[in-house]
Formats: sequence, C-alpha cells, structure tokens
Amino acid sequence: MSLTALTYLVVGATFALYVGIAFWSKARDTGDFYVAGKHVHPVANGMATAADWMSAASFISMAGLIAYLGYGASVYLMGWTGGYVLLALLIAPYLRRFGKFTVPEFIGERYYSQTARVVAVICLIIISFTYVAGQMRGVGIVFSRFLGVDVSTGLFVGMGVVFFYAVLGGMKGITYTQVAQYCVLIFAYTVPAVFISLQVTGIPIPQIAFGSDIAGEDVPLLVRLDQIVTDLGFAAYTSGAKGHVDMFFITLALMLGTAGLPHVVVRFFTVPKVRDARISAGYALLFIAILYTTAPAVGALARWNLTTTIQAGPVGEADANLAYAERPEWFRTWEETGLLTYTDLNGDGRIQYYNDANPEFAERAREYGWQGNELSVDRDIIVLANPEIAGLPDWVVALVAAGGIAAALSTAAGLLLVISAAVSHDLLKGVVMPRISERQELMAGRLSAAAAVMVAGYLGFDPPGFVAEVVALAFGIAASSLFPVILLGIFSVRVNREGAIAGMLTGLLFTVSYIVYFKGYMAPMGGNVADNWLFGISPEGIGVLGAALNMGVALGVSAATARPPESVRELVERIRRPA
Amino acid sequence: MKRTYWQENLRLVAICLAVWFVVSFGCGLLLVDVLNEITFGGFRLGFWFAQQGSIYVFVPLIFFYAWRVTRLDRKYGVDETDEPDASRGD
Repeated sequence: MSLTALTYLVVGATFALYVGIAFWSKARDTGDFYVAGKHVHPVANGMATAADWMSAASFISMAGLIAYLGYGASVYLMGWTGGYVLLALLIAPYLRRFGKFTVPEFIGERYYSQTARVVAVICLIIISFTYVAGQMRGVGIVFSRFLGVDVSTGLFVGMGVVFFYAVLGGMKGITYTQVAQYCVLIFAYTVPAVFISLQVTGIPIPQIAFGSDIAGEDVPLLVRLDQIVTDLGFAAYTSGAKGHVDMFFITLALMLGTAGLPHVVVRFFTVPKVRDARISAGYALLFIAILYTTAPAVGALARWNLTTTIQAGPVGEADANLAYAERPEWFRTWEETGLLTYTDLNGDGRIQYYNDANPEFAERAREYGWQGNELSVDRDIIVLANPEIAGLPDWVVALVAAGGIAAALSTAAGLLLVISAAVSHDLLKGVVMPRISERQELMAGRLSAAAAVMVAGYLGFDPPGFVAEVVALAFGIAASSLFPVILLGIFSVRVNREGAIAGMLTGLLFTVSYIVYFKGYMAPMGGNVADNWLFGISPEGIGVLGAALNMGVALGVSAATARPPESVRELVERIRRPA
Repeated sequence: MKRTYWQENLRLVAICLAVWFVVSFGCGLLLVDVLNEITFGGFRLGFWFAQQGSIYVFVPLIFFYAWRVTRLDRKYGVDETDEPDASRGD
C-alpha cells in the first residue's frame, strides 16, 4: 500500500473514532454542554486537559524550536509545564468549588458586576480566537503535506469534524474525543523518538538517551553536539544566547498565561469534586510531561542527525561535506515541499551548513572556500521528518500525520467551546436575554459553537499576517488580564469591582500596546531589538509586567473605594473551603 | 495562636511554590552557569534542570500538594462528602 493510501486509512480511522465518540456522548442539557455534567473522572480529565493544552505548536513546532535554540528553548519547556503548578495550587480547586460554568461567570459574580464579566468575555474571545487560528492552519498544513490535498481542502475537512463533535457533544463530546486524541498523539510522538534514540545511542528511553554516549563512542551526545555546532559557528547547544533576564520574564509570562487560559481553566470545572480538580491537574501535567520531556531529546537528536548528515567529517576538509548528489531520500522528499532548500553558492556540488551570521567564523569559512550557508531548514519539519530520517516504516509516518491532526483538533475544539460558552452563557443568558429557557440556551450554545467554527476556519484559511506571533499575544493577554483578577478574587476579600475592572483594563491595554508596538502588526513602529525594550524585556515576556500592573492598580483602586458587599465575603469564604 | 484552615493551606502553598521557584527559575535560569560546571550522566546540570529536572519536580509537587491539602481538609472537617456535587445550586 502506498504511503498516501496508508495515511488516508490511519487519519480516516481516527476521524471515525472521534465522530463515533460524539454520537455516544451527545449533550442533553447545558450542564453537559458546558462542563460535561461534572462527571468526568480525574484521570480522564487529565488526559483531556493534556490534549486540550498540547496544540499543533507543541506537537509539530516545539522540538524543532529546541533543536534550533538549544538551551534558549528551555523557556517553553519550563513555562508551559510550570504553569500547571500555579493552576493546581492557586486556581483550579477554587474555581471548581465555585461550581458554575465559565471563567467570566466567576469574575462577574466575585466582582458583582456585569461590566467585569463583559470585560472578561472580551479578553477570553481575543485570546481564544488568536489561538484557534493557528490550530486550523496546522490542520490544513498537515493535510497538504501528507495527503496531497491543498491547504483549504484540509481545512474544510478539519472544520467538518470539529463542527460535528463540538456542536453535537459540547464539552461532553469534546472531553471524550480529547481522551482519544491524547492517546493518538502521544503514541505518534514517542514511537519515532524511541527508534531515533536507539539508532543514535543504543538506549530506547529518549529522556536518558540524549544524555548518553553516542553508540560506539565514549563521549556524551551533548558534548559532541556542543562541539560540532560551535565548530560551525553556532552558539553552543547547551548554553544558548538569550539573556537571562529576558528568559526569566518569558518563562514567567508563559506560566502565568497558562494558569489564566480560559480553555484550560474550564477543564477543571468538569470533574465531580474539588479534590478531583487538585489531583486532576497532577494527572494533566503527568500526561503533558511525557511529551515535554521527550521533546528536548527529539530536538537534540534531530540537530545531531541533521548536522552530522551534512557535515560528515572535520570542518574545513573538502570532502567532509555531503555531496548534493548523494543526499538521502528524506532530503529529497522535503525539498519537494519547499521547506528544505539548497543553493550551491560556491558551486562545489557539496552542502555547507554553518552560521554565516557569525563574522568570526564567516571569515574562516571563506578560507575553506565557502561562500555562505547553503541550506535552509524550516524548523517545523523536525518532528514531521523524524520517522523518515530514522528510516521507520510507513505506518509510523501515517501515525505522525494523525498525531499532528489530533493535537490541532483537540486544542481547536476546546477553544471553540469556551468561545461559544462565553457567547451563549455569559453574554446572552447572563447579560442580554436573562429569561431564555435552558433549551433555548443550549440551542444558542450550539449555534455559537457553529459560528465560532466558521470564523476559526476563515482565520485559518486567510490568516492575518501575524499568526506566527499570536502565541505571544494570547499568553501575554491571559497573563496580564485574566490571571491576576482570578487570583485576587480568591486570595483577597478586599479587591472590589472598581479595582478589578481598572486592573484588567490596565493589564490588557499595556500588554497589547507593547506587543503591537514592537511586533508592529500594522506598520513597524519600534525596532524589535533588546535596546528598545523596557528593562530589556521582549514582547514575549511583557505579560509579567502587565500582570504586576494589573495587580497594583486593582489593589490601589480597591483601597481607595468602598469594600465589596458582605455577600462577596461569604462567596470567597465558601470557595476557600472544599465543603 | 491557633492556625486556621486557610492559614495552614497558605503555608503549604508557599512551601510548594518555593520548591517550584527553586527548581525552575533557580536551577534552570539564575544558577544555570554555576550548575553547568557539574556534569551529571552526560548532562550539564543546569541545562538538565532547565529541560528535564524542573518538569520531573513539578509533577510530584502537584500530587504532594493534593495529598497534604486533603489531609488538612480532614483535620478541619471541611472535606467533601461523597454526595455528588455538593456545590450545585447554592
């Protein structure tokens, strides 16, 4: 069977599974639709959270980013896992005890204000739509690379599947499909990693393999990797170039953002008890950690494989570089996609892959007769090309395609659900038409989920130019707007309506302006370089300052205005105790 | 002075967050250069904390908190009964 046919079969089988689950878990009432009736087992919720959380970016892009940045990519590894500690200790159990359906609903009741609720809805919608656009794009790209259809066809199929189970099953349908999607994606991620670890080091566990000696030598892989990349003018893999101050802020911004992302927080509303919410966060991180501790191994091994394939012998010797005519099969495959390109600058028919932006090394390279770096590698191919580089059978390649789609669809569905809940429950039922019946609200929920799928599909089909950078925006907004007011709402009884609204707006406006200013979505305004940054903090890390401003303003304004009513004190006292 | 449930909970949270901070920001970022002088099974230690070790601590840390805070619940008699969803409707 051809690879394409096999991929159709594997991807088709997973789709049939997701649709089957949707039929089995149809939502009967709003409780089912928003929070899966609060009947989800903590382990199942842990898996669903892991799939919800790990997006196309985690599955496809992260290992490539690590391969490229080395130590500098640690911000993503620590930031996107450490946030779960904050979630488990500071947020999830208390919001579960609150016991309602959405994050804006908590903010609205705790701050006794429809305005606060609407501001929270606005933050939620900006965060979720920026995030979902990238997911739909990811689905389209995986389809086009592995199934030979164009991006928009892939997008339509993906939309169709999400439409079916999100609209029909709501949170209940999404939860159980996410459990299945987690199994698909984690299997697809770890199988190639195990085989590559075996090939390079002879040890099957990736987490141990990348610290081990290279098979047949008694030098650790990372030592040899540091050596060869510095020989080619790159920064050492295990030390990296980013400033420590900026890394600190980016890591913290990703952590605070993770703990404030509505589609993640709301997953902990679905378990039966407060105790389950605490333990479920542990399971979620355990399931996430399986991928997140494998990714750095994949990154290091892939960097090693790629570098030593091109630079087969000592740097500078004429025949040490791979001859283009002798390039391996996977090289040809990925050249066809345009994600791997070679230009023979010095006309020697061999590939030179080095850091020509390093002036000192570029000087030496010229002495070797090199005329510049000749290979450009899109970072996203690292995970997708892994099975081919390792020479694994076709079914593994097909599985990786299904895994990438599972990662993107599971995250997209979770995001679409919080958007639809914010529209039907917070805006419609909560503010505009409080008298609608439960049946009508459920219908409104389904309709807004359907509308959100359409908008997401459109954003994925015709992404605004900044999709690659929206991650910074989504995390920055979550960290600076929602996280601080949720935290203060639980840990302070004094913060009032005026303080929360002023705080959220300050955090939101400050962070969005800073990111827009430096990323220059409309027209570049400020040069995005370290010298221009406030205290040396890049736009990726600015959410931390936004959060600090938010808290400062919220506490200051609250101290100057009236105490919250007695009923709010009672609410806070109640959510602080499990029973 | 006798501590309340909430004070004991806050103390537990503070201890856990101190561990969270030390393994990630401490070992993985602030002290990375010092720790990188030490090698550990083929890894430089600072690099290992940043890409592996911090995550290995985060996971048991959450389970540890869940275990200890449930004990606190029982000690102060605020643990949940087995009735389904005690909070619904209030």
